Amino acid sequence: MHWVYETEMNRQSEKTINTPHIIVSDLTMAYGDFVIQRDLNFSINHNDIFIIMGGSGCGKSTLLRHLIGLKSPAKGQVFYGDINFWDISPDERSRIMRKCGILYQKGALWSSMTLAENIGLPLEEYSGLAPRDIEEIVSLKLALVGLAGYEEFYPSEISGGMQKRAGLARAMALDPDILFFDEPSAGLDPVSARRLDDLILELRDSLGATIVIVTHELASIFAIGNNSVFLDAETRTMIAQGDPHRLLSETDDPKVKEFLTRGEAAAEGAKK
Amino acid sequence: MQAQSKINFSQPAPNILCASISGAWQIGSKVPGPSTVLSLLEDNPGIKSLVIDGAQLDGWDSIFLTFIRTITDECGKRNITLEMQGLPEGVMSLLHLASVVPEQRDASQKKKQKTFLYMVGKSAVNFATSTVQMLHFIGDATLSLLKFFLGKARFRRIDLLLFIEDCGADSLPIVTLISVLVGLILAFVGAVQLKLFGAQVYVANLVAIAMAREMGALMTGIIMAGRIGAAYAAQLGTMQVNEEIDALSTMGISPMDFLVLPRLLALVLMMPLLTMYSDLLGMIGGAIVGVGMMDITLVQYLTQTQETLDLTNIMLGISKSGIYAIIIALSGCMRGMQSGRSAAAVGEATTSAVVTAIVGIIVTDGIFAVLCDALGI
Ligand SMILES: Nc1ncnc2c1ncn2[C@@H]1O[C@H](COP(=O)(O)OP(=O)(O)OP(=O)(O)O)[C@@H](O)[C@H]1O
Ligand SMILES: [Mg+2]
Repeated sequence: MHWVYETEMNRQSEKTINTPHIIVSDLTMAYGDFVIQRDLNFSINHNDIFIIMGGSGCGKSTLLRHLIGLKSPAKGQVFYGDINFWDISPDERSRIMRKCGILYQKGALWSSMTLAENIGLPLEEYSGLAPRDIEEIVSLKLALVGLAGYEEFYPSEISGGMQKRAGLARAMALDPDILFFDEPSAGLDPVSARRLDDLILELRDSLGATIVIVTHELASIFAIGNNSVFLDAETRTMIAQGDPHRLLSETDDPKVKEFLTRGEAAAEGAKK
Repeated sequence: MQAQSKINFSQPAPNILCASISGAWQIGSKVPGPSTVLSLLEDNPGIKSLVIDGAQLDGWDSIFLTFIRTITDECGKRNITLEMQGLPEGVMSLLHLASVVPEQRDASQKKKQKTFLYMVGKSAVNFATSTVQMLHFIGDATLSLLKFFLGKARFRRIDLLLFIEDCGADSLPIVTLISVLVGLILAFVGAVQLKLFGAQVYVANLVAIAMAREMGALMTGIIMAGRIGAAYAAQLGTMQVNEEIDALSTMGISPMDFLVLPRLLALVLMMPLLTMYSDLLGMIGGAIVGVGMMDITLVQYLTQTQETLDLTNIMLGISKSGIYAIIIALSGCMRGMQSGRSAAAVGEATTSAVVTAIVGIIVTDGIFAVLCDALGI
């Protein structure tokens, strides 16, 4: 427990709010010749809850893969602070990634390990804690996502929504600086989804973490998001960015408006 | 019983065709295809307007919708105005839905027909890149093996033990069966020929040499390619699909150390043991035929075997098996790690792992044969 306390102290002192944590500059993403999105420019500040939104298949997960070092950009840069993320060696990249927690769209729990081993593995690798302490942290993280008592279950023995939550527990294992969530509330019931939102807010405040979320869930977008970017599948670029509330009230773009109102703006327009 | 489905045509004016549709248009019932209408239009180029009357339609499903859609498309192409009367409301709204949902702009474009030259060039480039990838993978595996010997590779010991159990103990039954049978077959084939010279007793020599030098390692290799190589590819492919490998590498844990290394080590440790076991059982199989059917005494058989076998032959088979183990483990792991992100891709990876391994084994065996000949082993 001692170790957690220490890192938290460090965090509070070195970080200033409202300075960019991740900067995406002129990013173009492509699979081979097939461009998914081009000319993305935005920055994610310390302590933001940043939402990446857009229709299905527009490239949100792909953007996330660029931010976490799984796919290199076709063009442009990603900066972590003032470090050019794709310019440094893979080893240095993985050092940066060690401070990031990631929840994958499909959960991505290691299927040959129990939940406790899944969450314990990053701790064993990097924390240097004794097995006894690791066990305690694991059960704390599982309790945080409402899975207390499921330590010895294998991922195939729990439901999809529970896997998602266990994935979240693993993402939080090392008390990361940045948390990336790919559709965290997909597959959760409304109450759990709501609890998850609360948990995300809690994490941001207690860990002082920056949080990047890919989501379609309008309720969460408005409840927790304070900054966002909107990717458009047709024009293949971002067409809006900023606080979702402000986007809703100020945007002129019919696509953004349609998305943020679940298509009601367009339907009303059609009625008139 | 519903009325038979059919179309009645009438021509109220020379340039108007009226098709009145009756009966049930459902999957499973016999319905006239759109061609009946289209051929009529074809035969009468004067027709400028088509009326479809569905007042007598009894039942409908997707068959009817596709029929109407085909007609609509064709009429559009021929500049014929189409009017629909009396169709059920559900049909009209589904047709409307199908026409307003925009097609993905690039989705259909991507699958264009490619020219022959393009495809030849494409496969040449693919071959080159896959060779480079293979070398890359072998290099990575070597590095990670070096790390292991320096004590820096990280994987779970329990994983290694599980894989050892899977490769070793769990493979014994099938290796037993195949090896005994191969020994029997060798003895039978040899016996027929040797009998001609009255030299049956040399069956023991034949079986012993063949098993120790060739068949023990080869058969174990092929069994393990099917059993273990395929399993490795499927496991890693599925992990790729589930983003588990991504999760490892973003955590800074090398999938090469964590996933490939224990699998490789397990197989390399177990294959030589299995090969020795297989050699032994092959000789037992030979003895069953020799002693049971060819009037050789057990003592004779054993003496013959003991005289011919020397350490060189046995070590040759065992060292081959070590190399086969590397080939099997690497091709299984490589195909798995390179697998695409779908169930079909995992299937392909599995097949391709087995094929790569078996081809690799046979080619290596050929190289060994030539080398041994040259070196006089
Ligand atoms: N490995 C790949 N090779 C080629 N194209 C790909 C590959 N992976 C994804 N794509 C394409 O990239 C586009 C974006 O995919 P991505 O998974 O990023 O979408 P998404 O915005 O996360 O969608 P969803 O909301 O459904 O998760 C899709 O059109 C898809 O066809
Ligand atoms: Mg996605």
